[in-house]
Amino acid sequence: METLLEPLSYAFFQKGLIVAALSGALLGLIGVYIVLRGMSYIGHGLSHSIFGGFAAAQLFAAQFYALAAGLWGIASALAITVVVKKSRVGADAAIGVITIASFALGVALFAKFGSSGPSFENALFGSILGISVGQIVGLVAVSVLTAAFVFLRYRALLFSTFDPEVAAVSGVRVNRIEAALMIVLSLAILATLTVIGVTLVAAMLVIPAVIARMLTDSFGRMLAYSTAIGLASGFVGMYLSYYAGVPSGTMIVLVGATAFVIVLAITGGRGLRRSAGLDSHSEDLLAEPAA
Amino acid sequence: MTGTGIGPELIRIDGASASYGHHRVLTDVSFHVHEDQFTGIVGPSGAGKTTLLRLLLGTLAPTAGDVSRRPDLRVSYVPQLETVNWNFPVTVMECVLMSRTRGRRLPWASRQEKADVHGVLDRLGIGGLAERHIRQLSGGQQQRMFLARALLRQPQLLLMDEPTSGVDVSTRHDILHLLGDLHEDGVAIVLTTHDLNGMAAHLPHLVCVNHRIVADGTPAEVITPAVLEQTFGARMEVLEHLGMRVVVDEAPSNYMAGGG
Repeated sequence: METLLEPLSYAFFQKGLIVAALSGALLGLIGVYIVLRGMSYIGHGLSHSIFGGFAAAQLFAAQFYALAAGLWGIASALAITVVVKKSRVGADAAIGVITIASFALGVALFAKFGSSGPSFENALFGSILGISVGQIVGLVAVSVLTAAFVFLRYRALLFSTFDPEVAAVSGVRVNRIEAALMIVLSLAILATLTVIGVTLVAAMLVIPAVIARMLTDSFGRMLAYSTAIGLASGFVGMYLSYYAGVPSGTMIVLVGATAFVIVLAITGGRGLRRSAGLDSHSEDLLAEPAA
Repeated sequence: MTGTGIGPELIRIDGASASYGHHRVLTDVSFHVHEDQFTGIVGPSGAGKTTLLRLLLGTLAPTAGDVSRRPDLRVSYVPQLETVNWNFPVTVMECVLMSRTRGRRLPWASRQEKADVHGVLDRLGIGGLAERHIRQLSGGQQQRMFLARALLRQPQLLLMDEPTSGVDVSTRHDILHLLGDLHEDGVAIVLTTHDLNGMAAHLPHLVCVNHRIVADGTPAEVITPAVLEQTFGARMEVLEHLGMRVVVDEAPSNYMAGGG
């Protein structure tokens, strides 16, 4: 017991534990919509895009790098939405082109002109122990905003995720909801980037949601389970990272992946059947129909 | 060319054309929907049936012509079952409740909303299935669930895309009767179908579409060999059976004998 309580005697660990759990819960919550929309790859793409924004911000506004990176990410997310709707480019291809080009541009600008600001390694793998008060406030603010968005727009978000065309006919402003979801997603990635790191944020967007899907057939319960699994992964991962001496983000993702394997073993074929449809999604509004 | 419905007009399409990119699907279509209408849009795959439905829905803007609808019109839409992601994690109750997007903002259903959902599910004969996952329903039950979602909005106009596609004969009869009852209750209905004998022949009004409106009228007026050939691009024979029109494919030997 003393071994378990020992790290809690350090203020930095207490702070890290809260931040890790909150980050896991935030990504678990928003990840449900991303996974069910068949956009799992967007987490990977946007985190890279925002990283590019971090790098590019060194050029213009090093002291406002978080704001600049956030705007960079939001612009990328909205560009993906517009390209997919206005052209025949598929969502995965649009995400691949726009976010990775955005990442490459940022890195190229940094390589040419950058020298200060948050280190690349911290942004890549997360540095939860060095997190500032401002970053914690930002994470709490984004978490509250996301929870409020999901709570107040629950029905519209569910309807537009399940069937955007019928939702639009039924009075849901689907384009607005999708744009708002992309903005909230960008902010969530931005707020958790310093905790979990660019390379691992995408995993935490997907893993809790997929585990939750294997456990339930109800959307409401999936939302609750995914948030709880994200929170638990953050909490346990942070603890284990202390003892194992590895970066917190890495351990959080490994805990999530272990939970995935355990749930898969327990639910077996039923879990696989439930999660089988996660890569199929309604693109009625996007795709050209059979006349 | 107009629908045969009477009473106030709900939607009016005048000389509309529709395209996807450079691919024009409908040309110069005029179609009016009235309050008492019960119309089947008939045509082969790729003829523009769903596109015409989308013009009515307002999810597709015409490239030429006009579409106008009554400002306060409540429309419900039932999509094709084949387009639905049946692995999506929703129960029947959650799915039906989706159509309640106005008013209450809280995620969970109020007591009144639950009673409303159970009421409409009971009416459609699937009252005991509210907590089932949508994949656990039969084809007919899935169609009824979407009807329940549509009816919860208390629509004045119900639009359905291929409502009998992929369901068995008995379910098709049930759906036809159900739609007949709804129409008697005052709901205007427009649906698409490629099922001439099982569906179209039983409807009071048909519109034949093949990138334009080929014909428009009662089954007796529209189900003729000439109209069907223009619509489907194939020769068909029309027989009379118990006062109903029955369409059969013309035997290939007749084509050859006729040189056609």
